[in-house]
Amino acid sequence: MKPASFDFLCPDTLEEALSALAEGGGEARVIAGGQSLVPMLNMRLARPGLLVDIMRLEALRRIETLGNEITVGASVRQAELEAWADLSRDLPLLAAAFPWLGHVQTRARGTVCGSVAHADPSAELPLSLVTLGGAVSLRSRKQKRKVKADDFFIGMMATDLAEGEMIEAVHFPKARPGSGYAFREVGRRHGDFAIVACAAVADDKGLRLGIAGVDDRPRVFPLPALDDDQFDDALNDIAWSLNARDDIHASARYRRELVRNLGHETLREASRCRA
Amino acid sequence: MPRMNAAQRHGVDFTLNGRKVRAEAENRMLLSDLLRHEIGLTGTHVGCEHGVCGACTVQIDGKPARACLTLAQQVRGSDVRTVEALAPAPAELSPLQAAFRRHHGLQCGFCTPGILMSLDTLLRERPEAGREDIREHLSGHLCRCTGYATIVEAALAAAEEQRKEETPNA
Ligand SMILES: Cc1cc2nc3c(=O)[nH]c(=O)nc-3n(C[C@@H](O)[C@H](O)[C@H](O)COP(=O)(O)OP(=O)(O)OC[C@H]3O[C@@H](n4cnc5c(N)ncnc54)[C@H](O)[C@@H]3O)c2cc1C
Ligand code: FES
Ligand code: FES
Repeated sequence: MKPASFDFLCPDTLEEALSALAEGGGEARVIAGGQSLVPMLNMRLARPGLLVDIMRLEALRRIETLGNEITVGASVRQAELEAWADLSRDLPLLAAAFPWLGHVQTRARGTVCGSVAHADPSAELPLSLVTLGGAVSLRSRKQKRKVKADDFFIGMMATDLAEGEMIEAVHFPKARPGSGYAFREVGRRHGDFAIVACAAVADDKGLRLGIAGVDDRPRVFPLPALDDDQFDDALNDIAWSLNARDDIHASARYRRELVRNLGHETLREASRCRA
Repeated sequence: MPRMNAAQRHGVDFTLNGRKVRAEAENRMLLSDLLRHEIGLTGTHVGCEHGVCGACTVQIDGKPARACLTLAQQVRGSDVRTVEALAPAPAELSPLQAAFRRHHGLQCGFCTPGILMSLDTLLRERPEAGREDIREHLSGHLCRCTGYATIVEAALAAAEEQRKEETPNA
């Protein structure tokens, strides 16, 4: 359980990091908090030729509010965003999601953008980003682009990130006063990856439900009002539309049942917070 | 910093338990192995080597962190504390350690160094910590012996003691 050997670069500037990623091609990989990558190195599921440590790039260590958007740079640790003074006012969904994300000890090291890059289908931060309708800023030596979170996640731990590219920041839309948010999940033990996680938003545009842990990526759905008599049918349709699978953690049937129950609970809580 | 070649060992300067140290490590060396095998501080235990058991937990810049998920090169310039830093003198336990002993917070002791380092951060950051905070911190640790109840009692007792000490007239 020791990593295979690799070259290591701890660049002082973003340009230096981007050049190394461009030249390294498929051999080069970013290391951020290491909380997902180092287990993969230890188990030799990953054998990169070069690791580029981005945690000393001061330019990426920022949490910034610009208009209706909160930008979180690539070297911001999860615990830093969790402790951000405006979190419960401006990102109440994340305030509700953080206690579910691993443990105090992993949040102290892991980054927000690293979780998005890793794209685990059960992960809380990708789910929150997609449910809120956020975006991801990607950067390579040659270009910068911004993609919608919903387009960024394309499958099981698969994203739109191209060779030589890195995530520079992620963008969360700021909560609007009067909107309601809720987050819940079911896992084996506290801090384990979710079997199913649900995030809900209730605002003047209606209800939105985000679901992780069922399909190969987080998915988000609009829903009719709670008191609508079609509501349970709509939730049931969503449960069946997701590509649920049996695995060692849970059966597909149990996952669909969790979607119906957790989905209902989170939507009810979000609606109550709105009222 | 220039690119560091995989085949060589490279110097890494950091602060360890209050003292400046310079160690040599290959890029692929984990902090847990640097501490145990290169520096000889074997108090930090290694259970799973993939972040799950918490036995290897140390403090990096005042925060609890898995030494098995940290590359030695990543602590350059950081302040690292291990369980060896807790006891004020060789024959004396820290209040938290003494509470573990009084309340039977350990049996085999394999998980203990990691748990102590997590709880030490908690009690420093939040002197008012209660049962729920303690349980939350313990969720990042596995103990196969105690059933956790005695660990929670030990931590509560240490927190209580610390609060009394800070407000002597209360
Ligand atoms: C015990 C334990 C429990 C956990 N529980 C959960 C959980 O419940 N929910 C959850 O979501 N996660 C969980 N995690 C994983 C979480 O802690 C990680 O922090 C997160 O998945 C990855 O973030 P990181 O900064 O550690 O990234 P790293 O591990 O450094 O990198 C992960 C991947 O993303 C890439 N990457 C990182 N940053 C960038 C970037 N800026 N641009 C491009 N690529 C990048 C890396 O190349 C690598 O492929 C757990 C981990 C452990 C050890
Ligand atoms: S050895 Fe590091 S968490 Fe188990
Ligand atoms: S005391 Fe034996 S594992 Fe905790």
